[in-house]
Amino acid sequence: MSSISGIEPVPPKPLVTAAQLSVALPVLAVLLASAIFAAFVALYGQNPATVFGLIVQGGFGSSFAWQDTLSRAAPLVLVGLAVAIPAQAGLVIIGGEGALVLGGLAGAVVTLPFAGAHAFPMQCLMLLAGALIGGLWFGLAGVLRQYRGVNETISSLLLSYIGIAVFHHLTEGMLRDPASLDKPSTHPIDPSYMLPTLPGVGVHAGLAVSLLLAIAVHVVLRYTRWGFALRVVGGSARVARMIGLAVNRWIIGASVVAGGMAGIAGAIEVAAVQGTANSSLIVGYGYSGILVAFLARHQPLAIVAVALLIGGMQASASLLQRRLGLPDATMLVFQGLIFVCVLVADAIAQQLRETTRR
Amino acid sequence: MDGTSIGWLALPLAILGGAIRVSTPFIFVSIGELITEKSGRINLGLEGTLMLGAMAGYGISYLSGSPWLGVLSAGLAGMAFGLLHGLLCSVKRVNDTAIGISLIVLGTGLAFFLGKPLIEPKAPPLPSIALGFWSSVPQVRAALDVNALFFVGIALAFAVYVFLNRTGWGLMLRTVGDSEDAARALGFPVLRVRIIATMAGGFLAGIGGSFLSLSYPGSWSEGLSSGQGIMAVALVIFARWRSVNALGASLLFGGAGALGPALQGIGVTGYYYLFNAAPYILTLAIMVASTSRAAPFADAPGELKLHR
Repeated sequence: MSSISGIEPVPPKPLVTAAQLSVALPVLAVLLASAIFAAFVALYGQNPATVFGLIVQGGFGSSFAWQDTLSRAAPLVLVGLAVAIPAQAGLVIIGGEGALVLGGLAGAVVTLPFAGAHAFPMQCLMLLAGALIGGLWFGLAGVLRQYRGVNETISSLLLSYIGIAVFHHLTEGMLRDPASLDKPSTHPIDPSYMLPTLPGVGVHAGLAVSLLLAIAVHVVLRYTRWGFALRVVGGSARVARMIGLAVNRWIIGASVVAGGMAGIAGAIEVAAVQGTANSSLIVGYGYSGILVAFLARHQPLAIVAVALLIGGMQASASLLQRRLGLPDATMLVFQGLIFVCVLVADAIAQQLRETTRR
Repeated sequence: MDGTSIGWLALPLAILGGAIRVSTPFIFVSIGELITEKSGRINLGLEGTLMLGAMAGYGISYLSGSPWLGVLSAGLAGMAFGLLHGLLCSVKRVNDTAIGISLIVLGTGLAFFLGKPLIEPKAPPLPSIALGFWSSVPQVRAALDVNALFFVGIALAFAVYVFLNRTGWGLMLRTVGDSEDAARALGFPVLRVRIIATMAGGFLAGIGGSFLSLSYPGSWSEGLSSGQGIMAVALVIFARWRSVNALGASLLFGGAGALGPALQGIGVTGYYYLFNAAPYILTLAIMVASTSRAAPFADAPGELKLHR
């Protein structure tokens, strides 16, 4: 707000520019979170240096660690996109877990009637089925928001719980393979339909799919009218209507695409890792996706980088447990600390930008 | 009908007993959320607070041998988390929805981390009051074995009603929540009121969590909470920000939550998971029915940003 009277103190020349700040503050935030985490593990009687060393080693220290990290990053990228795409339009949809497990279930059963077909069309079919169901699930949250004024954050989370219940009901009932005794699962998919391993990397092809989708989302949001329209809708629905955008369609469309991403993540987990749909699919990827998207400020390419970081941190949890006896939740604490610190840093950066612009 | 076999009556009895048990944490969390929202802020992080309270309550009850001390510490742990939420959201431009989600991650993480050694031991549970003493039917006795916290919750709902509508502090809280400008003009300390309201909300949510670990289901495990903290937000909307309504809504949700186990108890197991999802389906249905596009939240506090 500039004053009209003209008696405005000349702002002192800022020491750093806004652009520098928007990079420096998140880094500072992660450092602060690391410091708090270090104090936390020190209180617990562990040497922080050892803990950080093991996190780096367990996440990125060997080719085995990298494979683990990368195969975790693949679904994280997609569930991150599932949060980031609606966020462009101003929506906070956090029910990725439900869309992921239902997408996985759809992927697991869709090829069962087709035995002995070519692998490639079947693989596409699995991902497509996952995308469809996931899209439907998120689309519901979008429809409820636009037509009934139901808060999408809450409705998506409720839908997530309902989706998980439906998943349990079907995998332990109608769709259960009677041969799966101790862990109710669907009939296993034909082994020849499993996604191949990427040559030279040792990680399944789902990683390539998720990277390509991240790049595609980046291009669409950055360089096309669609991305612009979505941001206008997110900025102000009134302005969007004035320039002739069908707001409902854009918001529901963004929700459907986002749900599709989460559904594909589930289908990839089934088609590349599990080979069947069972409770191993419900490991909280959907919730980690929220963290990934917010840390990446909903930027698709940054999501890839953050997914790698979070994937690495999660991969190192088992090493921390084996070596130091720290609970698996150690990494959850660290992630929560980073999440909080980065959000506050973001708010401060925004304030500073406003003051320097003034 | 003899004393032990009561036929189909077993189902409504089991639902009644279950409703009382399942609703108790809902009463505390939703009234906590209601106090916070009345100040104009939304705390989505109560799910994390609930887990932290469940862990702290169980741990302190185990270490001290006194479950009531556990309940108190659960409240204090929740209050500390409420303070954190209140302070973080006082930073200008911060996204309070995101802060709530981040505190779910942090609270759950801390609860799992510190609660790891508590999975094995058995803490002394909260005592319950045998209101079914007059009956010789075991199902009646089981259904009316009511925890004292349930009655505290009922009293709380009415106390909060009186506080909000009949006291000066209640007026201050409502003013801060309805119009920040008006509150400032009256010289009310807006930020301080909001932080205290969030702390009070956290305190109650922590107590709600301690009920989970100390009474029903009555032990500490990582799967203890199933979204009660999130559903509380929906429940407060449904209750139109009135504490006595929140009590009724909690009972309704409790009944829905008791449906699955009650049916399982009489041998209907086919739709176990779907019946277990009944509270979520009910919440969603209620939200769809009770909001409309034209006037989404007619009775909401003016400063509350539920629909951006």
